[in-house]
Amino acid sequence: MEFVPNIIGFACQWCTYAGADLAGNLRCKYPPTVKLIKVPCSGRVKPEYVMQALAQGADGVLVGGCHFGDCHYKDGNHKTKNRMDMLKSMLGDLGFDPRRFRREWISGAEGKKFAEVITDFTKELIELGPNPLKGGENNG
Amino acid sequence: MAEKVKVGFLLLGGCAGCEMSVVDLSEKLVDALEHLEVVFWAPTVADVKYNDLASMADKSIDVAFIDGMVRLDEHIHMAKIMRAKAKTLIAFGICAALGGTAGLSSLHTKEELFQKAFKNTPTTDNPDNIFPQPSCLVDGKYDLTLPAYEDKVRTLNQIVDVDYYIGGCPPHHSHVGAAIGALVSGQLPPKGSWITNGKAVCDVCRRNPAKKEGSSQHRTMLSKVMRTTEGTPDPDICLLQQGYICFGAITQGDCGGSCLNVNIPCRGCGGPIPGNEDYGAQALSTMGSILKDEKATAELMSKYPNLAKFFYRYALPSGTLPKKM
Repeated sequence: MEFVPNIIGFACQWCTYAGADLAGNLRCKYPPTVKLIKVPCSGRVKPEYVMQALAQGADGVLVGGCHFGDCHYKDGNHKTKNRMDMLKSMLGDLGFDPRRFRREWISGAEGKKFAEVITDFTKELIELGPNPLKGGENNG
Repeated sequence: MAEKVKVGFLLLGGCAGCEMSVVDLSEKLVDALEHLEVVFWAPTVADVKYNDLASMADKSIDVAFIDGMVRLDEHIHMAKIMRAKAKTLIAFGICAALGGTAGLSSLHTKEELFQKAFKNTPTTDNPDNIFPQPSCLVDGKYDLTLPAYEDKVRTLNQIVDVDYYIGGCPPHHSHVGAAIGALVSGQLPPKGSWITNGKAVCDVCRRNPAKKEGSSQHRTMLSKVMRTTEGTPDPDICLLQQGYICFGAITQGDCGGSCLNVNIPCRGCGGPIPGNEDYGAQALSTMGSILKDEKATAELMSKYPNLAKFFYRYALPSGTLPKKM
């Protein structure tokens, strides 16, 4: 059977989630691989959430936030950047391909960009293959 | 006089430092022994064998302390026996509670670890490539066995039910004294809790500006990152504010801030403050919110090349991703 990646996306309600909505309104085409979870701010995403998604078998994880200067809470996305950059590096130390994790800035006006990011991420994950922990931590 | 509380100590994959903390109670331990009877203490202090524990009646030990992490099948076997014999089981010290520094070995394969330990260290002379085997036949008739090596380090609660946790590497002897006092008097928190004073290291740290009268120091974001080998920290100012990454804010302060008193930043041996499931992820998150900008973050990542070993110093086996894939 053809491998269809499973992406967990954490989307800021002020930008990336609205961007995903716009992608739908614009009838943008992108693969049905992403499960979006709406969060109040990308700075709300604990590194633990990303690790939990990977531990339970997600093939890729996306954290989407606002561009710098656009954060509804002023500096939430700066914290996101600090954390997620370190997390990406730490996932490498833990034996994951860091390309399984993406942090993107997608505004509410960038529906097309959202579709492009998902398309590109899906393509990359198909090349990487399934998460080595498919089926969860104890069945990996 | 009331009947003495029967206690037992069992060392698994550890250094016996936690047991040294018990001995460090010195005179207080002598007083406590009026209320305590040590029925088992192996393999370190008492002249008892594992079989002696197995032959005791179930639930015959009132309080059992287990220190050290779980890596060998022998550890799993003994932990299960101790659980059956004990009414109350305590994960004593950070190795038993969260895996400890030895838990970082899960970031390496068995082959890497064996090559390092038995072949590649400068003081090792092993020209015949002899490595430990779980079983071997000597002289064609003696079937000898060694404990087998598991694929990763586990915490005690991944093997058996644990009633209480005590953090520290090792636990400070004053904390051990307080914990034993609580056990003898029966004033214990709900099962499954940590035995702790409930305060973070920052709360007991003498550098904390909030603890100083008339201090005008405010929290600033970090624009630089220093390793402990760089420069000499000011002994009175918060280490984090000087750029030395310190995990005091998210660590239980039963140690009284001992490391901070000697210019060493906290690395989290006390265990996580309540409400935190994954210590390393929390440490990463906390540092992410106090670093000023991308430059400071990049500096941290270049100065600490392996972030998993940095943030999970004492807690990798308890983490969400407990070993290298």
